[in-house]
Amino acid sequence: MPSTPAKPAPRALVEVEHLRHYYGATAKRGAPVIDDVNLTLYENEIVGLLGRSGSGKSTLLRSIAGLIHPDEGTVTFARDDARTNPDIAMVFQTFALFPWLTVLENVELGLEARKVPADTRRERAIAAIDLIGLDGFENAYPKELSGGMRQRVGLARAIVVDPALLLLDEPFSALDVLTAETLRTDLLDLWFEGRMPIKAMLIVTHNIEEAVLMCDRILVFSANPGRVSAEIRVDLPQPRDRLDPAFRALVDAIYARMTERASAAQPRNDGLFPGMGITMALPRVSTNSLAGLIEEVDGTPFNGKASLSDLAEVSDLEVDELLPIAESLQLLRFAELRGADFVLTAAGRHYAGAAVDARKAQFAAALTAHVPLAGHIRRILDERTSKTAPARRFRDELEDHMSEEYADETLRTVTLWGRYAEIFAYDEDADQFSLENPI
Amino acid sequence: MSEDIQPIHLSQPGAAGRKLPAFSRMLRLTAPSRSDVIAVLLLAGVAVMVLRGAQGAAQPLSQLQSTPVTLDPGNLPGYALRTTLRMFAALGASLLFTLTYATLAAKSRRAEQILIPMLDILQSIPIFGFLTFTFTFFMNLFPGRTLGVECAAVFAIFTSQAWNMAFSFYQSLRTIPEDLAEVSQGFGLSPVRRFLRLELPFATPALVWNAMMSMSGGWFFIVAAEAITIGNTTVTLPGVGSYLALAIERRDFHGVGWAVLTMGVVILIYDQLVFRPVVAWADRFRFEQTASADQPQSWAYDLFRRNRLFQYVFAVFEWPATVLLWFDSGKRRLPKAPAAAPGPLAETAWKFIVAIGVIAAAWAIFDYVHHSLALGDFVKAALYACITLIRVLVLIALASLFWVPVGVWIGMRPAWAEKFQPVAQFLAAFPANVLFPFAVIAILRFHLNHEIWLSPLMILGTQWYILFNVIAGASSIPNDLREAAGLFGVKGWLWWRQVVLPAIFPYYITGALTASGGSWNASIVTETVVWGHDKLSATGLGAYIADATTAGDYPRVALGIAVMSIFVVSLNRVLWRPLYAYGERRLRLA
Repeated sequence: MPSTPAKPAPRALVEVEHLRHYYGATAKRGAPVIDDVNLTLYENEIVGLLGRSGSGKSTLLRSIAGLIHPDEGTVTFARDDARTNPDIAMVFQTFALFPWLTVLENVELGLEARKVPADTRRERAIAAIDLIGLDGFENAYPKELSGGMRQRVGLARAIVVDPALLLLDEPFSALDVLTAETLRTDLLDLWFEGRMPIKAMLIVTHNIEEAVLMCDRILVFSANPGRVSAEIRVDLPQPRDRLDPAFRALVDAIYARMTERASAAQPRNDGLFPGMGITMALPRVSTNSLAGLIEEVDGTPFNGKASLSDLAEVSDLEVDELLPIAESLQLLRFAELRGADFVLTAAGRHYAGAAVDARKAQFAAALTAHVPLAGHIRRILDERTSKTAPARRFRDELEDHMSEEYADETLRTVTLWGRYAEIFAYDEDADQFSLENPI
Repeated sequence: MSEDIQPIHLSQPGAAGRKLPAFSRMLRLTAPSRSDVIAVLLLAGVAVMVLRGAQGAAQPLSQLQSTPVTLDPGNLPGYALRTTLRMFAALGASLLFTLTYATLAAKSRRAEQILIPMLDILQSIPIFGFLTFTFTFFMNLFPGRTLGVECAAVFAIFTSQAWNMAFSFYQSLRTIPEDLAEVSQGFGLSPVRRFLRLELPFATPALVWNAMMSMSGGWFFIVAAEAITIGNTTVTLPGVGSYLALAIERRDFHGVGWAVLTMGVVILIYDQLVFRPVVAWADRFRFEQTASADQPQSWAYDLFRRNRLFQYVFAVFEWPATVLLWFDSGKRRLPKAPAAAPGPLAETAWKFIVAIGVIAAAWAIFDYVHHSLALGDFVKAALYACITLIRVLVLIALASLFWVPVGVWIGMRPAWAEKFQPVAQFLAAFPANVLFPFAVIAILRFHLNHEIWLSPLMILGTQWYILFNVIAGASSIPNDLREAAGLFGVKGWLWWRQVVLPAIFPYYITGALTASGGSWNASIVTETVVWGHDKLSATGLGAYIADATTAGDYPRVALGIAVMSIFVVSLNRVLWRPLYAYGERRLRLA
């Protein structure tokens, strides 16, 4: 997709240059969370940050908000003579409302910090509450409100301080589908009618459809380290229709983008996960999800081949839940990702038709053959006379190549898979692997 | 306090649009009601009582001798008033200490390194130990005035309340929800506003609960703190505690009875008028996103809230917040880069200062010990400590055998648990000291071995913590788990071993830990018990400290306290913490 700005000479609002941020303390630097991220936000646009959990979207958002101070790189705001400082407000996934303050007091909080006189403060807060459709609830406490109403308070609280840039961190992901839809539409209405003083919005999401519905531009993030792997311009006219073929095509294209990334840089047989060999980072995926997805695709109507967007809809999974499962299956050679399509291999279809024990045997074989860490653990155990090995040892090995969090997750996943395949056992109390009860 | 800084008067939005009501301060629109009469009487009564109680404290010390404590029950209301004021003075001091000490510890990494371990040790120092030293200190501070003795008594109660309140506040400050902290940071709230808007409200429920428990514990110590004997000096402050002490000395059963009755009434009154309203008020600060079904109720809180007169009175509590906000600079603080890590020079300087302090303290201790204690004293104290240790462990085990089944039985029946809650609170607040004379009488009457039979007194006041926590644990067992156990026919010992005991384990450990600490503390007053001229003494570290106190032997008091603190800290580290960690890791019901 072309990435040149469509409007003539738009004013830049924020410029992010060469941003890099590391895990943990400066002294013990592991892999960067985000690496060399560049981004310019222009006036009058909605930009989406799309990527799976852990890809550093939130780190970027918080760097722009000034909540995190990145280790390297700069965030520059355009000078605006009308404003004394570049005002930014943020809307949180968890709403982040103060339970002991009423709706009105919550909305007033930001103004209070700016020492706005009490009566002006109240006037502005009430106006914001009206705008967002919460009149009548000024004196309610957050715990008396439904999730959707709470997020409206979060929006009012952000809008009331007249921010030039509104940051939204997965604002609708804690809401049910219908509530999220209403709130999204209301926000877009306010935006297009120009009733908010906001000049641009930056929204973090892991919902591809949401990104395509709302954004003028979508930045796709790759994980470990977080990088902008693609920039996609959405030129569909608003209001957008999910069933519009162009809309569907764009969603599929983004799925394809998200699954093909990095494949050029890495040998094919290491799959799509970052890292190589035994230090490949594995996502937290349960063996039940793996089996479930295989069965879903094997059955009607898919018969072994499904588009990812259809699968997402059928399985009710967000992209950052679906992709790790699909990619794990690809790693195990049970499936292949072809663009936006998910295709079962012969092994995958065989697995779908097999009985419990045969499935386990097939899984064990695939695991030892294609997941180097699992094979590595099994080899070490076989070599030792005690037939046990402390998990700490593998964790340390992993931590040399990835963050503590990733290392933990990877080891948990391999433990889960290894236990299911019965290629080794794990004792939580002793924190050690053993060959005690495998076949 | 903080949420009312800017009271907001909003009328319901009507057809005519939003209007703000006229500002009226003194104008009463409603006719005086019965609740107004109650309110005025209560307020006036409290004012008069505080005034009268405070007058006593300002009098010269000779006043205590000229009007000694008597056993006339008619004096008891006055005594009760003085005692209650002492308790609340101590609570106020504890609150002040908590807000400063814990805040400092949570905000400064360097302060934290020193303050938190210090708090941990302060917690384990027996409270009666403080009395000996602080008494002398305060007497010198206000020579010849009752105020000095009052301060010593208040300080003793303070030491029984402050530490756990400070700990709770520190814990809360360290667990502020990330997203709320980000909102405050994003909006650039100044530290003062952040404290008043976020940190204080968030920490309030835990602080209130801890203050309540502390207040209960305080009664046990007030009895000891009001009649202080150190060496040849005996000072008796007018109060319920000293009344009880006198009744015990004179072997007056009626007196003991009156004292017990008075304490019961006082505990009941402040529970209804102070703690229940505060708990009901603090409920709004609970960090939860959905309203819970049963909110704490308090008739007094409803009265206070409805009555405008009280609102003006309680506005006083907002003054500190207002004063704090005056100092708040007008500028909004934009989120700024974290201060650069202190250079190696600063770090070295800081370590150097700490090292100097440690060396100086060690030298002072060595110098003092070297001149006044021999090696034999250490051996003796350690030996006695081992005897007391055995007592504590055996008693905790026995109390557990009894209270765990009882607690489980109650906890499994929500209706009972609800009814029992206030009773248990009352029992915990009730000073066990009043039962000591009966133990002496019984032991003498039946010629029992006092080495053994004095021991149960240690746990009289602290066993309730086991019961409390077991009830809480048992009532938190999910219903589906119980139903599953029932369906599969899990009964008898299997039911205890696989269902109940694992479920209550983390709670039980919390209770046992608290009870154990309290029992060590209590050993000082329970290993030596007096009824008139009869004095029974068991061998142990508690008796060692008590005897040294009576003899005015400061080095041995200090030694005893130090040894006891070391034992308590070690027991926590070696036994309770690992057990607690195990329970949290494996047995916590999510």
